Amino acid sequence: MKGNEALAEAAIRAGCRFFFGYPITPQTELAAYMAKRMPKENGVYLQAESEIAAINMVYGASAAGKRAMTSSSSPGISLKAEGISYMAGADLPGVIINVQRGGPGLGGIQPSQSDYFQATRATGHGDFHLIVLAPSTVQEMTDHAYIAFDLADEYRVPVMVLADGMLGQMMEPVVLPEPKTDAAEKPWAVTGHKGERPHNIANSLYLAPERLEETNVERYERYERIKAAEQRAEEYLVEDAEIVLVAFGASSRIARSAIDKAREKGIKAGLIRPITLWPFPVDAIEAAVPGAKAFLTVEMNMGQMVDDVRLAVNGRRPVEFFGRTGGIIPTPAETLAAIERVAASLEGGAR
Amino acid sequence: MSKVVFQRPHALTDTPFSYCPGCTHGIVHRLVAETLDELGIEGTTVGVAPVGCSVLAYEFFACDMVQAAHGRALAVATGLKRAMPENVVFAYQGDGDLASIGTAETVHAATRGEKITVIFINNAIYGMTGGQLAPTSLPQQVTQTSPYGRDVNEAGFPIRMVEMLSTLDGVALAQRVTVDSPKNVRAAKKAIKKAFEYQVEGVGYTIIEVVSTCPTNWGLSPADALQWLRDNMLPYYPLGVYRDVKAEGYANVAEAASARAERLASGGDA
Repeated sequence: MKGNEALAEAAIRAGCRFFFGYPITPQTELAAYMAKRMPKENGVYLQAESEIAAINMVYGASAAGKRAMTSSSSPGISLKAEGISYMAGADLPGVIINVQRGGPGLGGIQPSQSDYFQATRATGHGDFHLIVLAPSTVQEMTDHAYIAFDLADEYRVPVMVLADGMLGQMMEPVVLPEPKTDAAEKPWAVTGHKGERPHNIANSLYLAPERLEETNVERYERYERIKAAEQRAEEYLVEDAEIVLVAFGASSRIARSAIDKAREKGIKAGLIRPITLWPFPVDAIEAAVPGAKAFLTVEMNMGQMVDDVRLAVNGRRPVEFFGRTGGIIPTPAETLAAIERVAASLEGGAR
Repeated sequence: MSKVVFQRPHALTDTPFSYCPGCTHGIVHRLVAETLDELGIEGTTVGVAPVGCSVLAYEFFACDMVQAAHGRALAVATGLKRAMPENVVFAYQGDGDLASIGTAETVHAATRGEKITVIFINNAIYGMTGGQLAPTSLPQQVTQTSPYGRDVNEAGFPIRMVEMLSTLDGVALAQRVTVDSPKNVRAAKKAIKKAFEYQVEGVGYTIIEVVSTCPTNWGLSPADALQWLRDNMLPYYPLGVYRDVKAEGYANVAEAASARAERLASGGDA
C-alpha cells in the first residue's frame, strides 16, 4: 500500500470515525482514502473550508469524546497551529498528520523534514508539547497511526505523526492491525449532562494567572510521565560504533545505507533512529555517549535536530550535521562522504 | 402561601454575569436558557462560547459547554454536531467573532446546512477589547479605532449578515430580532425557540441575529443606548425574517434548495 493510504486505513482500524481535512499536496491520497472509506464505516469525512476550520472540527469532535483526526502538509500545519494550541490547552486528545514538504512559505512539494522545530518546539503559542511520532517505513506509518490514538487518549494530548512526502507516496507491503473500537472512557467529554452530572466544559481560558500556571504545571507533570514512559528509538550497529548517526524518518533509511558502506570501508558507524521526536530519546543517546567518538545527524533540513542531540550529548562529544533541504533527498554516497569527513576529523584530532 | 412567579431558568447557573450594567447579553442568555428549559433539552445540549464579551458564557449556561478560539465557534460546533448528531448544538457569537475573523466558518457552516443554532449578538463594536471598529459598525460611527467616525471609503461598509446568509441553500431560518422592549423581547424569544425547534427537527442551519447594545463602549446610559439602537441600528439592520424554509412550505433545506434550483433553471427568481 501507499504510505498515505496505509496510515488512513490504520487510523480507521484504531477506531477513528471523524476525519476533517483540506486539500494539500503531498497528503492527498490520505484524505481521498478517508473520503472513500469513512461513509462505509458510518464515519464522517468532511472537507473543511480551511485548515483552520478542519483542526477546530477535530477540536469539537474530540471534545465530544470521539477519536478524530486531520491531515495536512507543512503550510497547512502552520494554519492548524492555533487549533493545536487550543487542543493542548483544553487537554483534548486528537491526531494530526503532517506529510511534510519543503518550506518556508509555500516552499515546494517534494519531501522534507523541515518542520522538526515546529513539531517539537512550537506548534502553536503557549506552554505545551505534542507527542511526535516519526515513521520511517510504510509499516510504521500504519503502526504509528494505530498507536497515536491510544497515546492521545491516555495522556489527553494531541499527537502528531510527522511523516514526509517520500513516505506518503512510497509503496511497501504492510501488515494491517486488527480493527478496534473507540472504547476509551472519557468522563470529561461534552456529550450533554443528561441531568446526571454537573456540566462539563472544554476550555483553555484561565483569566486568573495562578489557575493558568496550575494547569500548565499539571500538564508538564504529565509530560514528565510521557518522557519517562514513551521515548522510542531504534538502534542499528550502535554497540561498537565510534561514529553514531542520528536520523529519523526517511533520512534514516539513507543513513542506514551509508552506514553499511562505511562499515565496508572499516569505519565503525552506527545509527540511532528516534521514533519519538518528542519526547526525544535522550536515554538512547546517553547510552551511546561512552562508546562514541562523535555524533552526526542526517536530516532533510538545515539541521533542526542538531540541538536536541547536542543537549543530550551535553558537550561530551562533537555533534556534526549533514543534510539536504528544499525537497532534496540526500544520497547514500554523499552521506557516506559526510561520515568519512567526520572519521577524518577524528583521526586528525588523535594525531 | 407563596407562589413562585419568576425565577432563574434551570439552564442558567447561579454564577453572576460578568456583563456591564445595561448590556443586552443578559437578556439574550436568559432567552436561550428559557428555550432550553421549555424544550427540555438542557441535558442534551452543548453550547459553544466564543472569544469576546461572552467568552465566559461557559460559566453561565448549565448545559455542557465548549470554549472556542476567536472566530472558530462554528467549526467547533460542526465537529460537535457531526460527532453527536442526536445532541443539540448552539454557538453564541458576537459581531467580531462571527462577521470578521470567523466569516469563513460562518458562511461554510451555513452553506453546509449544519444543523446547529447560532445566536449572533450584533452590537456594532468590539466590546471585550474596549470598543474598536467592528464589521457591523455603522457609517460615521465613532469607535476607538475610527475616532473620526467610520469612513466607508477607508473602512468599507458594514455587513448585513442575515441578509447575506439567507441567500445560502443550507440556511433554514435567518431572522433578525432585538431586545429593546418587552414586545421585542417576546418576539426574540419566539425566534430563538423556533431556531432550536428547527434544529431538533433537522430542518437545517438556523441563525438569529440580535441587534444589541454596548452602553459602556458606546458611552451612553443603558436607556440612551437602547434609543441609539432604535434610531441608528434598526434602520440599517431592519428586523425581520430573511429566510424560513418551513414558512415557505418546505420540510427542510434540501427540499427548499431543490425547489430553488428548479425555479432558477426555468428562468425564475432565486
